Parts: sequence; structure tokens; C-alpha cells
Amino acid sequence: MPTLETPKYKKADFVSDQEVRWCPGCGDYAILSAVQMVMARLGVAKEKFVCVSGIGCSSRFPYYVDTYGFHSIHGRAPAVASGVKIANPELDVWVITGDGDALSIGGNHLIHAMRRNLDMVVLLFNNRIYGLTKGQYSPTSERNKRTPSTPFGSVDNPFNPIALALGAGATFVARSVDTQIKHLQGVLEAAHAHQGFSFVEILQNCVIFNDGAFEHITSKEVRDDRQIDLQPGRPMVYGKELDKGLRFTPSSIEICAPEEADLWQADEGCGARAYRICHVQENGDLPVPMGILRQVQAPLHEADVHEQIRLAREKLGEGDLEAALHAGETWTVT
Amino acid sequence: MSSSAPTERHVEVLDEVVIRFAGDSGDGMQLTGNQFTNTAAVLGNDLATFPDYPAEIRAPAGSLPGVSGFQVRLSSHDIHTPGDAPDVLVAMNPAALKVNLKDLKEGGLLIVNTGNFTDNDLKKAQYDHNPLEDPELGRKYRLVRFDLNAATIQAVEGTGLSNKEALRCKNMLALGMLYWVYCRPLETTEKWLQQKFQDKPKILEANLKALRAGHAIAENAELFQVQYKVPPAKLPPGTYRNINGNPATALGLVAASRLSGLPVFYGSYPITPASDILHNLARYKNFGVITFQAEDEIAAVCSALGASFAGALGVTASSGPGIALKTEALGLAVSVELPLVVINVQRGGPSTGLPTKTEQADLFQAVWGRNGECPLPVLAARSPGDCFWCAIEAARIALTYMTPVILLTDGYLGNGAEPWRIPDLSELAPIPVRHTKDVENFRPFARDPETLARPWAVPGTPGLEHRIGGLEKEDVSGNVNYDPANHEKMVRLREQKILGVAGSYPPTEVFGPEKGRLLVLGWGSTYGAIRGAVERAHARSLDVAQVHLRHIWPLPNDLGDILRSYEQVLIPEMNRGQLNRLIRSEYLLETLSMPKVQGRPFTGREIFERIQELAG
Repeated sequence: MPTLETPKYKKADFVSDQEVRWCPGCGDYAILSAVQMVMARLGVAKEKFVCVSGIGCSSRFPYYVDTYGFHSIHGRAPAVASGVKIANPELDVWVITGDGDALSIGGNHLIHAMRRNLDMVVLLFNNRIYGLTKGQYSPTSERNKRTPSTPFGSVDNPFNPIALALGAGATFVARSVDTQIKHLQGVLEAAHAHQGFSFVEILQNCVIFNDGAFEHITSKEVRDDRQIDLQPGRPMVYGKELDKGLRFTPSSIEICAPEEADLWQADEGCGARAYRICHVQENGDLPVPMGILRQVQAPLHEADVHEQIRLAREKLGEGDLEAALHAGETWTVT
Repeated sequence: MSSSAPTERHVEVLDEVVIRFAGDSGDGMQLTGNQFTNTAAVLGNDLATFPDYPAEIRAPAGSLPGVSGFQVRLSSHDIHTPGDAPDVLVAMNPAALKVNLKDLKEGGLLIVNTGNFTDNDLKKAQYDHNPLEDPELGRKYRLVRFDLNAATIQAVEGTGLSNKEALRCKNMLALGMLYWVYCRPLETTEKWLQQKFQDKPKILEANLKALRAGHAIAENAELFQVQYKVPPAKLPPGTYRNINGNPATALGLVAASRLSGLPVFYGSYPITPASDILHNLARYKNFGVITFQAEDEIAAVCSALGASFAGALGVTASSGPGIALKTEALGLAVSVELPLVVINVQRGGPSTGLPTKTEQADLFQAVWGRNGECPLPVLAARSPGDCFWCAIEAARIALTYMTPVILLTDGYLGNGAEPWRIPDLSELAPIPVRHTKDVENFRPFARDPETLARPWAVPGTPGLEHRIGGLEKEDVSGNVNYDPANHEKMVRLREQKILGVAGSYPPTEVFGPEKGRLLVLGWGSTYGAIRGAVERAHARSLDVAQVHLRHIWPLPNDLGDILRSYEQVLIPEMNRGQLNRLIRSEYLLETLSMPKVQGRPFTGREIFERIQELAG
């Protein structure tokens, strides 16, 4: 939280001296810039930030941010980050990962970090493709996707990252788009403000291997009608003139007049509405949800770990090595 | 009730005795053995134990695979192993008899619970006749037939327990009997029962009754003709406790935390036989120890490495298959040069192998088992108490040289116990650690001229923001770098750093003559068997010496000269000759391998016989 001593930062303070090596036109550039801008205005001392990543294009991210950073191994960033955060809960931990890193090789670590509810931000850059290994289908690629490893089309069903996060118990679940800078920054700020595990899926364009994967949702021409920005406690309205609304019926979701729209409840305990709306068809009539799908409070893992230690010290006193060495029955030989 | 060869009862003084308790895995044999051990320890005997239990928690009752055994050797002199052949066998059922009888010394005391010798029990143990009816048994051993079941039910009468519950106390009745035979007081076990069952008064009462009844029956029923005394051992002066290897490892980590001033972060996933380290550490919360039961072995090591990055003493442990899963993260730890202690409580392999049996076949895995040129220091503990010292040594090397370190123990050490002289705090050397704050001169991969360690800059320190990762880095700056010459330079620097660790070892200890006919070179838990065999060989004036390695990699700088001082070098190890190959490749010597892979430790006799062949 901002204090008088907190230095004022500019985006440039979070730009490292390393040359950025993503492909020209990659959506990662926009996300990097958004994160650097947001970090500069969060009021957190720069040395507190730790960016942890796994392997993949997105995982090069920490090299480009002038904070503490750890480019770890494939899929393991949530585990490394958990160790960092539990060892020092004062640190402001950000995990940067991709759809292959987080949902395929690292799926186990992601779901367990979510269920533990550590206070960290996880940014999943979803481009629905393996970029760094040259274009194989990923766990978010659509069925029938033709790639070098699936010349006759993929026969895998994709994960819906939002549904996965809701199912695994993430306490903050949101979605944004690489090119929608303002929206992305707002979501990042909300994710950071949330006390607990904040999962943000960012739809990100890979210009080389999966160009235009999200055009049908994100292009300037269609996005106002194909997206709805879910804001907790606000009416579920969308469209260029906010002239359309959504409301839940017992069996479905329907389009309605804006004044008839439901208020969005991101804190619904069971998350049922979030689960329903995250499954709308990308090519259907209903808009695809963006913004904050879930935001609930729950105990923090790292806080409870340190509370147990505090209580043990309070009850037993600070550990006495001499006493521990002599625990149990002892005898003396003279 | 009957007994063979009645003679007048008297007390004999023995120098040592080996007792094996054997029963069904639900019969409480481990607990009985542990209690006998603790009582012996408090009486000042030297002792060594060998728990041997099945991998299944409850294999089918009464079956041969379900037999659980616990061997304890107590002695009035310094001993190193739990003994080869037991002098006493307590067999709770036919399966226990069948599995263990072949090991019992001829003339040994055989106590059999006849209450579990029904036709059905015999069938489950695959006996086609009742072995107790064989007159040979009574001739060969001092056979004591006793219905422990009936006596137990009678003893606990009035406590309100069902017969089934009452029968669970029969191990206490057997223990009470043996306490009488070996002139042991009941207090240690009584105290333990009172603590364990403080919330279950009925069960407490029943167990106490059974224990005391066993003692009284042995005294009054003339089951035994002789009582034995094993006087206290003359151990070096000091305060002692009984300790198992896994708790000793945990205690060593707590000590290392105090000596370095860093909190321990222990990331771990449950696995036999390493889980006890986690259980022990989880209780040291008031020492600031953080334990993290991770979702898998990979997360266990990765979280520990993350904690090290954040400035803690990161530790993880597992057993062979779990260590295999951690391999990639160990490579990362080598590449980013952060301290990390990795403990491998080895068990029989490959794959799931023999989860509850011991082996030393992960030496190559520890020394070489990673992709790329990926050196790291490897240590091995030699006894349960030595696990304490090795845990501190592993932390010292990890923190001094900014490197992951592998400590090898094994199931035999982890579960085995010995009396352990408790060190004075002044015997524990501080481990200096520096989290750098030097903004002016900070370069993430600059090196200390002496140790070649890089500086440890911890997140949260203003002005030292930097990035690390598994990609090759430029010397000094740590920036990602693919230049061929730089890669070779970094590979060599990491290698030199690890080889330099050998400069911090004390001189290698030689037990026996400094040169001569035969040297027995060992590592890890074979220490006791080798030491016992070499002592026996010395008693017969054989020209043999022992060197037992604590540091497996890098090898001690003085080892080559020592090895060359003997005509022959024999290397016994519980694998197919892994240290032997390492020594041959490092020193170009024709050493002799003595491999054993049976999931069981060497006996002193096996090694002594080989020494006799070579130096006799």
C-alpha cells in the first residue's frame, strides 16, 4: 500500500536493460508495457516485486522487467513462486505463464496453488498454440486444429482456463485482452488489489503460429458486441452504446434491455453464474465474458503458515536447540 | 505351557544379545522392538536396531508377506550393527516362525505364541503340518511354547475391552516376559504407555496389565530357566540419547538453521522411507521451521528453491523415485547457483522397487544423474546419529558454495536406532551466511575468489533487483548468453567451484594401519558392518584398514594417496559396484567390488569372510 516513503515510479523504472526478443507484432509487448505501467503506480517498493515464470515465449517476461525475477523450468513457476511467497510473505509475487506452461506440463502446480490461495498474481498468456517450439497445438487449441503435430487435426478437447480456475478454487478470476490496454490495466490493478490467488487469463495473439486466433472476439469491428466486461456489482451491459444487457434465467442466459440486466455477482459463493457464463459459445449470440468473473475472500495460505509458527512460539517459547537435542530419555556416561 | 530341557533357574551375565521380534504387521512388532530398545538405551547398553517391515500397511493377516520384524542387538561394548543371527526369536504366529527361524542361532531361545497356531493360521503360512510338533525344534532350540492370546485375554479381564481389542495387547505381554528374562525394569514402557494413551484410560489400563502380567508370568510360571544381564556399555563419556536416522536428520536441519541464522523451508511430498523427516520437522515450528507438503516431488523441490531465492535455507527430501522427479529442478539449482539441501533416503530400486527395504544404488543418480554438465556435492551418512552431522555439513556446503547438495542416507539408517552422544552446543560450528546489500559492486554472477560462490541477493533488498534462470548466463553479469566460449567458461567455473569443496574437508580418517595389504573402502550405512568386520580382523592380526567416505563428490583430495598405500582395496556396497566404478575411473586403480543387492544390509560376517580371503 502507498506510504509517504514509497518512491514515485515511472514505467521506465520497470524496464530492464535487456533487449526484448519477442517476434515483432507479438501480443506480449503490449502486456509487458501494461504490467510495467501498472507496477509503477501500485505504490509498492520496487524491490518487493518478484516475477517468476516457467518456460515458453511468455516466460521470458521476467528478464524484461527491472524487478527481482526467476525464469524457472517448464510448468513449475507456481511451485517456485509458492516457495518465494511462503518464505517471505512481504514480497509481491507475480507469475507469468502461458497456456502450455500453466495448463499442460504445469497443470498440477497451477491447480494446487489455486486451492491453497496464496496471495499472488498469475498472468496466463493464452495464445492457444505452442510458440517457442514452433507451432504445435496447445491444451487451449480448438478441436480439429491443424498444426505440425496434428496434420489431420487435433482430436483433443481444449481446456477453458476460466472454468478450470473456478473449479480449482481460485479466489480471483479475470480475463482481458492483450490489445485492450486500458481494460487490461484495470484488470491487473484489481488482481493486485485482491488478497489471495488472482488468476488472469489474457487473450494474446501469436503473429507467427496462430495469428488472428481471437479476431472473432477482439477485433475493433466486433469486440463491443462480442464481449461483455463483467464488473462486480454493476449491471451486465455491453455494446458500443451499452445498449444491450444480459440476465440469467433458471436454465440459460439471455440478452435483454440494459435496464433489465442483472447486476454481476462476482462474489457468489458457489461461482455457479461465473461457471455458466464462462461457457458461452465464442461463435454464438451471447457476448464472451471479460473482466472479473470471480472475487471472493478466503484465508491466505502463507498467512496461516506464519500464524502457526507465531502461535507455536507463543505457546512453547522460541525454539531451544539444547533442549531439542536432549529431548526424550537421556543418560550420562562418566 | 511347556518348555524344553528344564534346569535350575539362575542369572547369567552376557556381553551382548540379539533379539528379534516377529509377527504379523498388525501385531505391533515395531512398537515392541522400539520399547525394548528404549529401555536398553536408558540402561546404558550400546545398541543397534534393524526394523524390517512390509511395504503394505496391512498385508493379509497371518500371511508370509505380512510378517514384520524388528531386530535389536544390545551390548556391553561398542557395537556397529544390529547383529547377524539372533540369539532370541519371538514368533507371534506360524508365518513369523517360517520366515525367521532359519536365522535363529542353534541353541537360541525360541518363544512361540501357540495361541495363533490353529489350522487356519498354519494354512496361511503355507505349513502342511504343525512345526511345533516336530521334536527336532525342541532339540535344536530352547523352545518356549506359550499361548499369549489366552494369557492376554485373562490379564486384561475387567478392563471392559472386547476380546479382539484385548488381543491387541499381546505384544505388551510378550514384552513384559522379555523384560523379566533380561532383567529390565518396566518403567520406561509404562511411562510411554501413560503418555500415549492418556486420553484412552481403558486401553492404557489393558496395556499396563498385559505388560505386568507378562513379567509376572515369566517370573512365576517357570517358562525360563535362566535370566540374563547385559551390563551397560563403556561408551565415551557424555550425555546420550537413543536416536533414529530420520529424526537425527531433522534435528541436524534445525541445528543448521540456528548455526546459519536462516529459517528452514522444507518442501516435501510423502514417500517411504523419507516421510519421517517431514513429520519431525513439522513439529519444530517454534524454531521457525516452515514445512510445506507439496502437491508432488517436483513442487517440493521447486518450492524449496524458491524459498532459497527468497533467502531461506531451502531443503527437500525424498527417496530414489522421488529424487528422479526432482532431477530437472536440481539442474536449475546448479544453473542459478542457489543453496539447496536435498536428502535421499535410499530404498531398493529400480522404479518403485522395495519401498521399505534398504539399498545404496542411487550413488550414480546423485553424482551424475542430470542433463548437461551438472556437478554438485554429494555426502553420505554412516549411522543414524551421523545423519545429524551430515545434515549440518550439507547445509554448510550449500550455503558456503551457493550450490545444491545431495545427502544420501537410506532406509536402514533412517529407521535404525543407536545411542547417540548429544553434542555440546560449543561443538557446533557457526555457518557464516551473507545476504549481500552491496549495491555499488553487485554483479549477480561475480564470484568469491576463494569459494567461487556468487553473491546471494535476496528479493526485498533495494537496488539489487536482478534476474536469474536456467538459460546459460554470461560470466559475472548473469545476463542470458549463448556465446560458445562463455558457455565453456561457465561450465568450467561451476565444475571448479564444486571440486573446490574438497578443500574444506578435514583429513580422511584411516582406521587401522596406514599402509599394508588391504583397505576396505565404504560409504553410507555399510559403516557398522565394515567396522565390526575390520575389528574382528584386527583381533586376528590381519593386515587390514578401513576408510569410510562421508564425501562422495568431490572425493577427498588425500584419498588417492591413501588408496595407493595398500596392495588391495575392497569396496563393499549395497549396489552393483557404483562407488567401485567411480573410484576406478578417478584413480585408475584395480579395486575389488563386493556388491550386495538384497534389500538387506551386509552382515559383519559376510565382510569379515571376504577380508579373511584377501588378507588371511
